[in-house]
Amino acid sequence: MGTLPFFAYAFAFLFLPAGQVLVGAFKGEHGGFTFSNITGLFHQPYIGAFQNSIELSGVTALAGGVFGVLIAYAAIRDGTPRWIRSMLTTFSGVAANFGGIPLAFAFIATLGSIGIVTKFLLNQLHYNIYLHGFSLFTKTGVEIVYLYFQLPLMILVISPAIDGLKREWREAAANLGARPIQFWRYVGVPVLMPSILGAIILLFGNAFAAYATAYSLGYSNLITVTLGAYYQGNVLSNPHFAQAMALGMFAVLALMMAIYIPLLRRAQRWAK
Amino acid sequence: MRLRMPRMAPSAYIWLFLGFAYFFIPLLATFLFSLDKNSTGKCCTLHSYGWVIHNPGFWHTLKVSFLLALETIAISLALFVPTVYWVHLKVPKLRPVLAFMALIPFVVPPIVLVVGLLDVYRGTPAWFYAKPWGFLVVAYVILAFPYMFFSLDAGFRSIDVHTLTEASHSLGASWVTTLLKVILPNIRAAALAGSFLALAIVMGEFTIANLSQFYTFPIFLQYVNETQAYPAAALTLMSFGITWAAMLSLLFIGRKRGQRAAFLTGAR
Amino acid sequence: MAYLELQGLVRDFGTVKALDGIEISLGEGEFLSLLGPSGCGKTTALRLVAGFDRPDAGRIVVDGKDVTRVAPNKRDMGMVFQAYSLFPNMSARQNVEFGLRIRGKERGDRRKRVDDLLELVGLAAAGDRYPYQLSGGMQQRVALARALAIEPRVLLLDEPLSALDAKVRVQLREEIRRIQLELGITTLYVTHDQEEALSVSDHVAVMYRGRIEQMGAPAEMYSAPATPFVAEFIGTMNRLEGTVVDPSTGAVETGGVTLIVEAAKAKPRGARVLVLIRPETVEVAAANGAGANTMTGEVLTHTFLGPVTRLRITSSGASLIADMPTARAAALPPGSKVDAALPAAEARLLDLTDEPLPEIAEEPAPVGR
Repeated sequence: MGTLPFFAYAFAFLFLPAGQVLVGAFKGEHGGFTFSNITGLFHQPYIGAFQNSIELSGVTALAGGVFGVLIAYAAIRDGTPRWIRSMLTTFSGVAANFGGIPLAFAFIATLGSIGIVTKFLLNQLHYNIYLHGFSLFTKTGVEIVYLYFQLPLMILVISPAIDGLKREWREAAANLGARPIQFWRYVGVPVLMPSILGAIILLFGNAFAAYATAYSLGYSNLITVTLGAYYQGNVLSNPHFAQAMALGMFAVLALMMAIYIPLLRRAQRWAK
Repeated sequence: MRLRMPRMAPSAYIWLFLGFAYFFIPLLATFLFSLDKNSTGKCCTLHSYGWVIHNPGFWHTLKVSFLLALETIAISLALFVPTVYWVHLKVPKLRPVLAFMALIPFVVPPIVLVVGLLDVYRGTPAWFYAKPWGFLVVAYVILAFPYMFFSLDAGFRSIDVHTLTEASHSLGASWVTTLLKVILPNIRAAALAGSFLALAIVMGEFTIANLSQFYTFPIFLQYVNETQAYPAAALTLMSFGITWAAMLSLLFIGRKRGQRAAFLTGAR
Repeated sequence: MAYLELQGLVRDFGTVKALDGIEISLGEGEFLSLLGPSGCGKTTALRLVAGFDRPDAGRIVVDGKDVTRVAPNKRDMGMVFQAYSLFPNMSARQNVEFGLRIRGKERGDRRKRVDDLLELVGLAAAGDRYPYQLSGGMQQRVALARALAIEPRVLLLDEPLSALDAKVRVQLREEIRRIQLELGITTLYVTHDQEEALSVSDHVAVMYRGRIEQMGAPAEMYSAPATPFVAEFIGTMNRLEGTVVDPSTGAVETGGVTLIVEAAKAKPRGARVLVLIRPETVEVAAANGAGANTMTGEVLTHTFLGPVTRLRITSSGASLIADMPTARAAALPPGSKVDAALPAAEARLLDLTDEPLPEIAEEPAPVGR
């Protein structure tokens, strides 16, 4: 069959490595089957890294989700000039790809200890954010940075769904006596909800799998960075333990996928 | 003819302004930072940009990453175009399978993929394992696959594959000729869209390159970040500019052919 | 006493003047159709009445009260849209009771009313289905029930049948009329389908380029069109350009033939006129020596329309359409020489101005969104 080269390639370079990792998680250091790698995950700093990753991903997914919808809707709704929406779409396409190393530095230049905004607040408003407990290199700081690629992703993903809100529904609701907020409560938000939830899950996975940004910021309390550090680190470290970490990641992401796919279907059904 | 209500909602102003501020301020800050003098930290000089342009590492890694991107695009197209074509033409039942597979890289993120690849292919000859042109590209093709697939799939859905193929065959063309001379030109916009996305992804990919210890453009970026603050700002902006250029090309192509490209995320 | 009044409505979009002084006066319980081709302004007018747009000039008065400045959700009107207006996340039943919920009606009362309405539109069994599970016709019935649930003062329908299949359209329009008569609700109906408008309305207003060309009872619109546009838009009409040669006899020179037309007696000698003749009033027979008021010519084509066949006849340069029962038409195949007798009494005359005659396609295509 003509699809053979593709499946062969996918097998060799996707399934095989992935399988190797998942299976290897159960191998002992000197061969044999063991759960010790898995149980090892439940110790610090690994369990902390997992929890932190999940929390950070959740926060940026929700924040990105909520603000993304609000911004996207502001750009799409009646009354806003068309060019604003085009600009937003184009910019979001770029910003969603502007992650990792350059993004991390952009924020260091902005909110780092000698960042432009930090200095501005210090010199013009006499407010030292670092003295007040803020630091770019904490969880909050990293969350602010993550938002830079989470927001655009949300905007791109949710815009088609917002387009799908037919004008007739709003007019029919008004005609039947509903105020705008009643429309949103009874029709608008319920119809958008599957798409919004699906998009938030996408954002969660996106944040959870992210590595470069946090690495560049020197923030290590994330499972991706921890995994990378472990792998690159000590020559004596147990490769199977690294694989167990990967398995843990895979489990979280697979769970997200399992929730995402039915949501996607529900959203498509109501789009008719 | 239906016209919009002329007035823009007040809440729309607020959200759009907040969004604009959040996106613009870091870029502005980076720009201002890049103009600061190295020693005093005050404005204004183009010294940092000069540093970048005169740095051999910059050109070397830029070239490497760019060539990697081209290689990735070439292999991706060679692998995915015939596959998607075949599926659309002969085995449409496999399409959902392909679509599902396009979601798998979502579940197997780069950090996991690289660990697996390094393990499985450890024993392979040096020309593959120790060179970016082998190992890295192989991984990058996998990374680019979802975006390539969704682009190509949309492209193939917008043309009548059966009619074109049958017409071509009836005029005596072989499979290869049909693919190259008939099909490819008709999905050009989709293929280009996928290619530019792949370009953006490869030019920004850090995770796999870092763990497999290859010296690519993002690796160079990180090195500069760690060692030279002000040039790092200049470099950051230039890197942003490269992504912009890729995306604008995408938009331009999309506008020309009237197809909408899918913008999704790359390096994180 | 007029229940719904549109007074001097003007709506100018800058690039196009959609409405140019619309005056309508509708009594309570009456059914008025706004009929016209796409772009004539009928939907704009309806949307002004509903409150989704504000007129640049003019007033809308309901039951004596000026509602021009009132928000759409306070006008107490029920609207049925062309398509897609049912809320997708609610069942048919929930859709219908939406207006009642907003008004804070008790659950028990709501349930009863919804049941009654679903019964009225013939969907008692489909209450729990969702819009995507309903056919187009069923969706529009639900939309109608939903609009009626709130007991509106005025019912507005914006081409509700355009998106449906032909057979469903005919069925549904009769049901809409039946329900409207039963409830006695004042209704404004927008359509581009003249057959639809003529069959269900008390009054028809034909609109063209933002103005009302003519308004009246369906029969009147059909038999006595007041302008060339109305003549052309409603039904099919033969239009013959001619000149009045002798008002005393009512002689009109047209197509190389002199016709006697009653209405020409009121016109001055030399007046340029348009003679309007309905195809079904033309008597066609095999050529037999010309009689009075007869054009002799040749059958060009037959168009089979089911019970009736439409003959196109050429006669010294002029073209004539005649409708006759299919059985008889078989005797006069294309190529036959025929006499076409034109009725003196039933022909209408319109003054011919220098304004170009509007061109309308035989079958106006359905207006999409």
